[in-house]
Amino acid sequence: MHPDLSVLDPVSFPPAVSAARPGDAPALDRRSFLRLAALAGGGFALALYLRGPDAAAAEPAVSGGAEPGGDFTPSLFVRITPAGEITVLAANPECGQGVKTAFPMLIVEELDAPWARVKIEQADLDPRLGRQAAAGSRGTPTHYQPYRRLGATARALLVSAAAARWGVPTDELQTPGDARVVHAPTGRAATYGELATAAAALPVPDEKTVPLKDPSAFRLLGRRVGGVDNPRIVVGAPLFGLDVRRPGQLFATFVKCPVFGGVVRSADLAAARAAPGVRAVFEVKAPGVASGVAIVADSTWRAFQARDVLKIEWDEGRATGDSDAAFAAAAARLHDAPPAGDPLRGAGDFAAAHAAAAVRVEARYEYPFLSHANLEPQNCTALHRPDGVELWAPTQSPSGARDAAAKALGVAPESVVVHMTRIGGGFGRRLTNDFAAEAAAIAREVSGTPVQLVWTRADDMQHDWYRPGGFHAFRGGVDADGRVVAWGEHFVTYAAGYDTDKVAGVAGLAAAEFPGRLVPNVLIHQSPLPNGIPLGPWRAPRTSAQCFAQQCFLDELAHAAGRDPVEFRLALLAAPAAPAPAGERGPVFDNARMAGVVRLAAEKSGWGAPGETPWPRGRGRGIAFQFSHLGYVAIVAEVTVSKTGDLVIDRVVVAADVGRQIINPSGGENQSEGSVVDGISSALVQRITIEGGRVAQSGFADMPLLRIDQAPKRIETHFLLTDNPPTGLGEPVIPPVPPALGNAIFAATGRRVRRLPFNAADLSWS
Amino acid sequence: MPTTLTVNGRVHELADFDPATPLLWVLRDHLGLVGTKYGCGQGLCGACTVHFNGAAMRSCVLPLAAAAGQKITTIEGLAADARLTPLQQAWCDEDVAQCGYCQAGQIMSATALLAKNPRPTDADIDGALAGNLCRCGTYQRIRRAVHAAASTLPA
Repeated sequence: MHPDLSVLDPVSFPPAVSAARPGDAPALDRRSFLRLAALAGGGFALALYLRGPDAAAAEPAVSGGAEPGGDFTPSLFVRITPAGEITVLAANPECGQGVKTAFPMLIVEELDAPWARVKIEQADLDPRLGRQAAAGSRGTPTHYQPYRRLGATARALLVSAAAARWGVPTDELQTPGDARVVHAPTGRAATYGELATAAAALPVPDEKTVPLKDPSAFRLLGRRVGGVDNPRIVVGAPLFGLDVRRPGQLFATFVKCPVFGGVVRSADLAAARAAPGVRAVFEVKAPGVASGVAIVADSTWRAFQARDVLKIEWDEGRATGDSDAAFAAAAARLHDAPPAGDPLRGAGDFAAAHAAAAVRVEARYEYPFLSHANLEPQNCTALHRPDGVELWAPTQSPSGARDAAAKALGVAPESVVVHMTRIGGGFGRRLTNDFAAEAAAIAREVSGTPVQLVWTRADDMQHDWYRPGGFHAFRGGVDADGRVVAWGEHFVTYAAGYDTDKVAGVAGLAAAEFPGRLVPNVLIHQSPLPNGIPLGPWRAPRTSAQCFAQQCFLDELAHAAGRDPVEFRLALLAAPAAPAPAGERGPVFDNARMAGVVRLAAEKSGWGAPGETPWPRGRGRGIAFQFSHLGYVAIVAEVTVSKTGDLVIDRVVVAADVGRQIINPSGGENQSEGSVVDGISSALVQRITIEGGRVAQSGFADMPLLRIDQAPKRIETHFLLTDNPPTGLGEPVIPPVPPALGNAIFAATGRRVRRLPFNAADLSWS
Repeated sequence: MPTTLTVNGRVHELADFDPATPLLWVLRDHLGLVGTKYGCGQGLCGACTVHFNGAAMRSCVLPLAAAAGQKITTIEGLAADARLTPLQQAWCDEDVAQCGYCQAGQIMSATALLAKNPRPTDADIDGALAGNLCRCGTYQRIRRAVHAAASTLPA
């Protein structure tokens, strides 16, 4: 079992579309086509079908046209019935990033239907629907144009149907946004429902010829729209994976070795089998599923209770030697010696530039492993039948869940049905579908009966795919004019296992790393530590961790050179950035866009405003920026620290450039506000420690999350709209949060905290 | 011995239950009331918050024996006659939720707060909701929604 990295961020993997102008590349044209199906009883449905090997099996026998196959019941993006009922499919997993609302908005905008009258329906996994994933903030750049074309094409069909009915040219017809087609010269009008059956008989126009609205004509995009599931969420209606209830459903728990990679040596299952409510206890052995023992019972609680009488002896394996102390000692040894091996990157003459610099600074930074701590513990409901398995899964990658279940059962992926539930928090954890594979393997043992696998909080915390910790040693040089002229970095990170020099996929230095690419003389080394820790993507993989070290060290350089941190950064951004290193295909970085958000964050926070008086000791603010997931973000954090070291975060100002259009400002701001809280939580209070190859923490008592009374008093989000394709907001706001906070703490107290979490450091001052 | 449990005004006679069973699991696995969420099982996250005679209580550490005979209200029991309470309406209007998993517990805690204190300050809200974790970080909107709901209530 490994994280499904194929759907991950465009920084580590080439995006599906041009990095320079992602939203403008119509993926639809190359990979897919639209198909119309007449509905039984009249009306039509419009679907997007993929071309290519993935979809070969799913392609309809009829390639386009209006004639529906008799037994053809596709999942469909847009459905309009003669009664005027309009249904739009939400095809992607919803884990709180807002796509169940925002993506249907794209379709409905171009369809010109009233939002309040459109029913939004959650899709199942269906290869005909294109990419269905919540990963890498790629949803918006991937779907922004194709989904609009879906809506525009449906509208064009309705307009053509009206034109034919009235014998008028289409260019005399209008759609005022109320699901009607209107012919103003004659005053005629027809509802979409009245036109739906006629529209279903028309050929689908080439979507490339269907015009999209000019943004000035948008009625819906850019409006604050509440989440489509809000009415259900506030009354506790079933939505989430753990809410699934199937007839006759049983509940399961799965006990794994606390040491990573450990396996069952022997197990005495008798007492657990005799426990109240228990239906089955068995050792699970399936490809891709961790070794362990499953308990199936008539309630979750009884399954959990029976764990207490389970007797398992583990063969703990090799990871028992892994510990935070050992990793830190190994990192210190590596940092104390000159970096071995070839540099990861080099530019200019670092040694000479560093030696000649007017100001030189050296510092080491480190941060711990992190768990995802989704509030909804990992779970999956499965019903095994002789011909396959049906899953109800809160997963960020439903195709990954399908493949993991198929592998566990040794069946073809086509025999796995995946229903997507709402997800009680993603953050990258649910790109790894271990819970789905486990549920499938457990369900096979009680074939014919649905079973819900529920991880305990401790299971969740101790069997995560962790954000890797890291150790940075920096050497920087600034010239007499305040320009950074030398940037040296030795990054000690984690290997993809033992006996390998290969860096784990989510542990390598990000290709987008800054400020290294802005400095003329650079020398960067990277050393991986062998380990047996499961590592996986954690919201804004790599940059969410690395930005802390890099932007705090940059701040150290600014202060050492006696420069204002904002001015210092703007000077850095005035030089053109080096391109992404060969072989890493990082996206193009636009200095001007980054400088724009740095200026905006400074301006909105009042940084350097005319007439401003210096802040008293104990109050401070810090700035940081990062480019990630195609988004440009700068953040100013303002803090108050008491003499005894109590920290209050007064205000956080976010400036973000994610292109020319915010689809749903309410959702976009929510992502920003949540990212600020998440970023603070990750840097201030969260820490996973490894001892003896296992995670020392087991719940929120020893691995807390940020509480409301620790959250910033105020968070402001300012979007800088620039003429660039719209890109995602699930991740890019996170990375600059920890360094902005660290830089603010320094400004307030004079204490430079170089090791996370901040709350482990003494922040007192006198 | 059967246990009598009153949830949202409905009386349930439960036979064959270990009296130590946490109320959470009786609600979720036996009564089909899945709006009350499992988050940690240790009373530390607040996702399982219900009202126990009107007070916010963590149902994951509340034994069935203690809940028996008491007035229990869950998130499903707040909206009478399918009409949202001012807090539920404010939660929709302010578009508070991200993933939404914690929000039932947040609303239960906030409802108990407003019943005692109809004009809470930010500090009051922070105090009353400090036991309700939101992993998505919607705290700013939670404060805003509580104030919005409070403004519709008689002081």
